[in-house]
Amino acid sequence: MPLVKAGHAVEDRYLPILDEAPIPDSVPVIIPAARLIADFADIAGREAPTGVLWPNNRKVSELEPFLDRLALVALVFPTFKDGRAYSQARQLRERHGFRGELRATGEVLRDQFLFLARAGFDAFEVKKDADATAFAETITRYSVFYQPAGDGRTAVQRARRDHARRAVGVPQHETVR
Amino acid sequence: MYLYDDFDRTLVAERVSEFRDQVARRLSGELTEEEFKPLRLMNGVYLQLHAYMLRIAIPYGTLSSDQLRMLAHVARRYDRNYGHFTTRQNIQFNWIKLAELPDAMADLARAGMHGMQTSGNCVRNITTDQWAGVATDEIEDPRIWAELLRQLTTLHPEFSFLPRKFKIAVTAAAHDRAAVRVHDIGLRLHRNGAGEVGFEVIVGGGLGRTPFVGKTIKPFLPKRDLLSYVEAILRVYNQFGRRDNIYKARIKILVHELGAEAFAKEVEAEWQPIKNGALALDPAVIADIAARFRYPDYETLDDSPPALAKARATDRRFAAWLDNSVANHKVPGYAIVTLSLKPEDGPPGDATAKQMDAIADLADRYSFGEIRVGHEQNLVLPHVAQRDLPALWRALDTIGVATPNVGLVTDIISCPGLDYCSLANTRSIPVAQELTRRFRDLDLARDLGRLHINISGCINACGHHHVGHIGLLGVEKNGEEYFQVTIGGRADENAELGALLGPAVPYGEVADVVEDVVAAYLELRARPDEIFLETVKRVGVEPFKERVYATR
Repeated sequence: MPLVKAGHAVEDRYLPILDEAPIPDSVPVIIPAARLIADFADIAGREAPTGVLWPNNRKVSELEPFLDRLALVALVFPTFKDGRAYSQARQLRERHGFRGELRATGEVLRDQFLFLARAGFDAFEVKKDADATAFAETITRYSVFYQPAGDGRTAVQRARRDHARRAVGVPQHETVR
Repeated sequence: MYLYDDFDRTLVAERVSEFRDQVARRLSGELTEEEFKPLRLMNGVYLQLHAYMLRIAIPYGTLSSDQLRMLAHVARRYDRNYGHFTTRQNIQFNWIKLAELPDAMADLARAGMHGMQTSGNCVRNITTDQWAGVATDEIEDPRIWAELLRQLTTLHPEFSFLPRKFKIAVTAAAHDRAAVRVHDIGLRLHRNGAGEVGFEVIVGGGLGRTPFVGKTIKPFLPKRDLLSYVEAILRVYNQFGRRDNIYKARIKILVHELGAEAFAKEVEAEWQPIKNGALALDPAVIADIAARFRYPDYETLDDSPPALAKARATDRRFAAWLDNSVANHKVPGYAIVTLSLKPEDGPPGDATAKQMDAIADLADRYSFGEIRVGHEQNLVLPHVAQRDLPALWRALDTIGVATPNVGLVTDIISCPGLDYCSLANTRSIPVAQELTRRFRDLDLARDLGRLHINISGCINACGHHHVGHIGLLGVEKNGEEYFQVTIGGRADENAELGALLGPAVPYGEVADVVEDVVAAYLELRARPDEIFLETVKRVGVEPFKERVYATR
């Protein structure tokens, strides 16, 4: 299953830890949610990066006390039709200010890439090789976006206003607010 | 009309190109049907009993004459010369080939049209009053808000995989023609005590298997907060709506299970942090959208020109149509004209390519090039000068869309039923057709007064049977088609669900039963102008039940 980051397939340096398996000290790991909460005292002292696999039926606000120590949060799409993790992603990015890696896992298919990126994901465990290859093409398919989201792409309302102001010669920096 | 700009056009073009790629991947086998399904659904493409069906969005039911001509072209070029207007103010074509779909969509895009989000588990076409902008009883044009919501929800990155479909309707009039109380979110523009205009926010209404009238969770929401508040509702729903059972996945079930108050609290908690963020509407943005709605350059005219009175006095058929299908306009000298797509024997809501072209030409000539689609599956010419009504009527009559039955017993709302739909238990259209024959006598129909019959061929309730004054629901019993009959439902500002009349009746008897219900009403009504609904309210279901089942 290829991992796509910054538009390219990359090697996954994180080791997934299953349930009660021991957590090696020196390698980046992704641990289950239950372990994060139960063993946080141990995990907080780790040198290597720690990530958590967070289920889509738990509120991400529970992650708040741990976010400073987390390099990665992996959210889950049990099927592509189950869109709960989009909301979790936006909340993590926009409300809780999480700046680490936000990884989409599970049934991650080509036609979700743009939605995922706009919701704040920046790493994608892609199910099919062909989809991973098409990532860059897919993500640039749209150039206009109606609504603001967590990704900083300019929404149409804002673009229209900037366009109108450019037309009447208002300097761009004045439109930033 | 709402004017699309380059941003809107670019987005639609990019969508067509994406869909072309998706269809190519499906045809090559790279995508399985299961993977393709949600993608095609998000473009309004269903797989029906006989073929793929394409549903085209008509945002808030407003069409230009060029758009209607494009729909006629699609009907002719890719389908069987007709289209079917739906209860969501959309149109659907029933016989399109998968390989030709991208071309049909590219043609539609040339007229600024598309099928985005007319199906799938996302926010569907936002509906509103088909008289928006011209109704005498509205406080402002609700389409501005429908358009803002359309833009918010189109290809929304967070809300494109909701637990289930999601329908929003907006009304700004005293009389609710948009059925906002039976929507996932209903928005009613009104004035508060301080004279400000804002929204009553109603959630969790809906029909289908478990019908509910929606609950008000915010009596007054300021305009600036509309988008952020809707986003908060959607976020709560996306996270907590049930996904374990498709029949319990609509927001109405979540609202019902949590209770409206607890649900409102969850929404409030989501809303507060985003309320003053990027979605807060500043007046300039609202003004920009409002400015894109162009209103006709009306002439200064007087109401009731003499020529109209003369035509009315000399032609009974014209007079009947005028009384039935023409409503007051907010500009003096103008009128709102409803075109009945419910002729005797016709499938409700169907229009041929020829009719669509003719209506587009008439709209250019008499209605500033604008047409509306109403959820009752009729069309509207919203800006007709009263002096033109006789000439317009003659033209409409020639093409068969001047049946003076608007709001009467034969103005039937019906789903496509088993003739097209893979979900249906029963046929619906033939029942509607039979009823138009039984009640063909227009004097009788007029005497019966306002009486809405709604037919759904299955529990999904596309024909909105729960809110029909008489509702017919198709059910299957031992492999046979049966109908449950309800009476007393309504979808307006006093929305109510109909009450069950009694045991389901066989397909072959359903028209007789409706005739019995109507006969009972004629006997029971207190006076000629007590409409059916009022009689049901006053006497209850029992006398109707007795009458219908006494001999069955």
